[in-house]
Amino acid sequence: MAKFERKGKGGLPEVSTASLPDIVFMLLFFFMVSTVMRETTLKIEQKLPGATEVKKMEKKSLVSYINIGKPKGSFQVMYGTEPRIQLNDAFAKVADIRDYVAAEREKMDEKERPLMTVSLKVDEKTKMGIVVDVKQELRKASALKINYSTRKVQVIE
Amino acid sequence: MPKRPTGQFSAASMADIAFLLLIFFLVATTMDIDSGLSRQMPPYNPDQEESKDLIKERNVYVVLINSNDQILVEGKQLHVHMIREAAKEFIVNPENKDNLPEKTPKEIDFLGEKMVSKGIISLQNDRGTSYGMYIKVQNELIAAYNEVRDEVSMREFGKHYADLPKEKQDAVKKYYPQIISEAEPKNIGGGN
Repeated sequence: MAKFERKGKGGLPEVSTASLPDIVFMLLFFFMVSTVMRETTLKIEQKLPGATEVKKMEKKSLVSYINIGKPKGSFQVMYGTEPRIQLNDAFAKVADIRDYVAAEREKMDEKERPLMTVSLKVDEKTKMGIVVDVKQELRKASALKINYSTRKVQVIE
Repeated sequence: MPKRPTGQFSAASMADIAFLLLIFFLVATTMDIDSGLSRQMPPYNPDQEESKDLIKERNVYVVLINSNDQILVEGKQLHVHMIREAAKEFIVNPENKDNLPEKTPKEIDFLGEKMVSKGIISLQNDRGTSYGMYIKVQNELIAAYNEVRDEVSMREFGKHYADLPKEKQDAVKKYYPQIISEAEPKNIGGGN
């Protein structure tokens, strides 16, 4: 049996792994800090439409979300397959939006209230009817800044 | 196993524990920042009279989408991909045609006196229009504005619009203001 012998005396020493935990901890803290846990579970199917001219939203604290789409499989028994509105964790009616906007506005800093943006996260297969109703309701609640949430794509279709 | 004096423990498993946590957070992290098309809606006013007659027809660019997702632009049926070029012609009106929007002179910082178009894009949809198509059309209209602004930036400042400082961007915005009106839906119906 041949033995492997080190070539040359006093070659390169092995890399010390003592700093490995430190490196890993550093990464760990980075991810811990940057993680945002999803607050709401979606009860609807949501495939956002693609767009090329998207802009990033400035501040997360200014944004409220309205989800619209077809209820997911297990909810179809109760809620049917027609597109529904989801606010926070529950299904809602168009009439509930005004209260929702008021509640969201209440949560904000007084200074930031005029900057409030409502992000409409709507499934691309939804018909405009319900979206228009929601928009009208938002106008009545004077939440006039809206954002159609989209995916960023290079070319449409 | 040799017995250690109390108060000491091996740090060898530290890396493993940290890795485990690291992988958990890696998986749980969602890095997506919300992005989309921003719009400003007009205030709600129930007894608002349609002020259409105050705006001349040549200044309004009507884009209709019916419930079959067919698009009618100024009376002509167009494909989505053709809207961008057509809208650009409306926005710029390079030859000052009679059927395209009129322009008024306006003093703009950095740019001097420019002829600013009075054009308004009016986007109308049916309740049966699909949201996907609506966003596609919106996207094309915004793209048209962005391309026009980019061309002006290149001509006037020799830079892309995105690379300009804020004040100059505002000047370009004033030169080509983005006015897209989202009318309340009418029952345009499906094309027969």
